[in-house]
Amino acid sequence: MTAVDRPGRAETTVQVAVDRDACCGSGNCVRVAPEVFAQDDADGLVLLRATTLAPQSGARARRAADLCPSGAIRVASAEALPR
Amino acid sequence: MTTPIVEAELPQWPPVHAARDPFAPLDEAERPHYDGPVRQVRLPNGTTAWLVSRHADVRQLLRHPAFSADFTRAGFPLLRPLPPAETRDTRGNFIQMDGAEHSRLRRMLTAEFMIKNVRRIEPLIQRTVDEALDDLAAAGPPADLVSTFALPLPSMVICHLLGVPYADHDFFQARSRTLLDRKTPTERLIREVAELRDYLRALIDTKRAHPDGADDLLGRLIRERIEPGELDVEELVGMALLLLVAGHETTANMIGLSVLLLTRDGRFTTLRDEPDQAPGVVEELLRYLSIVRTGLFRAATEDVEVGGQLIRAGEGAIVLISLANRDAAVFDDPERFDPYRQAHQQVAFGFGVHQCIGQPLARAELRIALVALARRFPQLRVTASPQELSTRQHSVVFGLDTLPVTW
Repeated sequence: MTAVDRPGRAETTVQVAVDRDACCGSGNCVRVAPEVFAQDDADGLVLLRATTLAPQSGARARRAADLCPSGAIRVASAEALPR
Repeated sequence: MTTPIVEAELPQWPPVHAARDPFAPLDEAERPHYDGPVRQVRLPNGTTAWLVSRHADVRQLLRHPAFSADFTRAGFPLLRPLPPAETRDTRGNFIQMDGAEHSRLRRMLTAEFMIKNVRRIEPLIQRTVDEALDDLAAAGPPADLVSTFALPLPSMVICHLLGVPYADHDFFQARSRTLLDRKTPTERLIREVAELRDYLRALIDTKRAHPDGADDLLGRLIRERIEPGELDVEELVGMALLLLVAGHETTANMIGLSVLLLTRDGRFTTLRDEPDQAPGVVEELLRYLSIVRTGLFRAATEDVEVGGQLIRAGEGAIVLISLANRDAAVFDDPERFDPYRQAHQQVAFGFGVHQCIGQPLARAELRIALVALARRFPQLRVTASPQELSTRQHSVVFGLDTLPVTW
């Protein structure tokens, strides 16, 4: 189990950011968290639908960051709680 | 019979003995020589390379920018001799490129294969599946599932997407197979790559000479990239070659092995009765079958520590996604096929910037094909035992040569 799957995280909101220069357009993030990520019609690269996320979407965004093959997604706790 | 391994000798890669079980990534007796921490192996040409098999190590290495996919680099692990430089035409073959050179070409294709575009063509995939199943019904019972269904389906889909006439499938299917076979003699490899490039170049030339506004990938890239001068024809030839080979070989082999696996122990009915479970089943099939079993190959361009082992600049690395997908640190009871497992961490499509660009297409094809097959032929069964089936032991994409079925 990864940190992403662990239930009972005490976070409330998380911040997500993406690096389009690093993105390789694999689409894993859209599959995992379609409410957070999209792919640009023009080039297939990542777009953000939101930057501040509620806990459930935050957990999915963390999973997307973990699965991103090129490491183009950064997720941070708004509260920066110890893990 | 296994050959005793002398202590001082490095294990050979690829292994001398093939696995007899098509679901086992390696011969069980030999597996301990390869599984676990990063270690050195000896290649057929006598050189050495680092073998990387743990899930965390595989991900770290494939995501690291200091590992090059360029097979002409010093230390790059080679399983067959490199053809002489003057005979190699690798223009457009972006899987062996790094950095900006790679992303320039890949990014011309990312939108083509993105999830929403694949969703748009799902009706086409469904129609193609239904027609292929008509052919299967007409051919038997009994029938060979590989030649009547598993191979034609992805081949027809990728032809349609690219704008390549499926009528020429005998020509490019035979040559795709040669390209992926690591026992192919160098002269033949050079000849057949050239034949495929000539074929695709002629097709592109015809499309350019008679622009018909066709809504296919080659037509779009000609209009949007070639004519404005952003892309060279020879680059498009190489890109088309890559997509054509990758587009049918991989999915075809996944379908054959998946049917063999699912028709045992009544698992096939899961797809028919619970189609909502199909995406999860497909993910677990990708993990468990991991058909790219000879590994992914890289050369280090800087000193990098992977899994506690220093890999120096100029040394080669072979990444075993098939063993990473059986890593007990990530997957509980990894040797068990569990269609209800959440296998989202599988790395069957690779990892890093070269991760399979066609993965949304592959997932859709597998899901639609397997569900439709289970619905239409619920009594389908394989008439040979897994050990009796001839497999593609020397191909970089593992699979079954034939799959005799009845219903």
